[in-house]
Amino acid sequence: MSTTAPAATGMAGTEGMTVPLFAVGDRVEVARAFPPGHRRVPTYIRGRIGVIAHHTGAFPNPEESAYGLDAARVHFYRVAFKQNEIWNRYAGPAHDELFIEIQETWLHPAEEAST
Amino acid sequence: MSHDHDHTHDVDHPVYTYADDSPRDVVETDHYPLMVEALRELLLEREIIQPRDLREALEKFDNVDHTVGPRAVAKAWLDPKFKQRLLADGRVAIRDAFQIEACEADLIVLENTPDLHNLVVCTLCSCYPRGLMGQPPDWYKSKSYRSRAVHEPRQVMSEYGTEIPDDVTVRVHDSNADMRFMVLPLRPDGTEDWSEEQLSEIVTRDCLVGIALPGLASASQ
Repeated sequence: MSTTAPAATGMAGTEGMTVPLFAVGDRVEVARAFPPGHRRVPTYIRGRIGVIAHHTGAFPNPEESAYGLDAARVHFYRVAFKQNEIWNRYAGPAHDELFIEIQETWLHPAEEAST
Repeated sequence: MSHDHDHTHDVDHPVYTYADDSPRDVVETDHYPLMVEALRELLLEREIIQPRDLREALEKFDNVDHTVGPRAVAKAWLDPKFKQRLLADGRVAIRDAFQIEACEADLIVLENTPDLHNLVVCTLCSCYPRGLMGQPPDWYKSKSYRSRAVHEPRQVMSEYGTEIPDDVTVRVHDSNADMRFMVLPLRPDGTEDWSEEQLSEIVTRDCLVGIALPGLASASQ
């Protein structure tokens, strides 16, 4: 059972799924990739570093189901970003944030802060 | 049928692209509108659907109950236990309280606090919990809102008459995947003796997206 995630409370069951790679609080980087095809990760967030805020469950991979394929389920997370780390000229205060749901295949652990 | 149908993101759908930077969101002679029109004509011609089916579907779309969201907010303001359940699992809390399967996906209820204001946008298309809030407003589906709400949310809100002080964090939620979002606004002062029904009347659709705040001015006289 150690490789199986606990059942999610929502509609997205995680039974039989691998354990989520990330936990709330983990720093993650969104892949800076521009593959062709149907993608749900908007360009503005690619290459940005954020923090896992919420594991929302496992859903059929939209990048596969978009083509009518029998899509494998993947873990999704709501990831928190600082607005002024997304936009070079963000006009609001430094504490403003943006949350966006990203599938696990687009995330990898962020390097320690290099700034 | 327009692109702003409601669906979970399991379903493929076109995302319009724009050859120029025009504010038009749908150009009737573009690829996708033409494809939709061709599909509609074929379905009718082959008698797979009848004209009446289309009309009824549109009528149903236009008559979605938009009061469930406001009633849920009013109930949460009055009932701390319900509020707790709503924040823990919005879809189940609303289903149990109102005996209605109003949400087609998992619902995340975003609680505003004195230090935090939430704003919802779907940059991908126009995902929106219709069963709770009715049809999304045109501005929610517009290219302008979808692009600007993520990078200049305070300016956009200001244009809608909503000023958020700088010491309050603005948290934008890009509803780009499988969750649906609804804002739980702060209960305005001066509503202490109000009934659930009175309270639900000041919770407008725009308050549930986060572009507006419930105020006494919007109460029915």
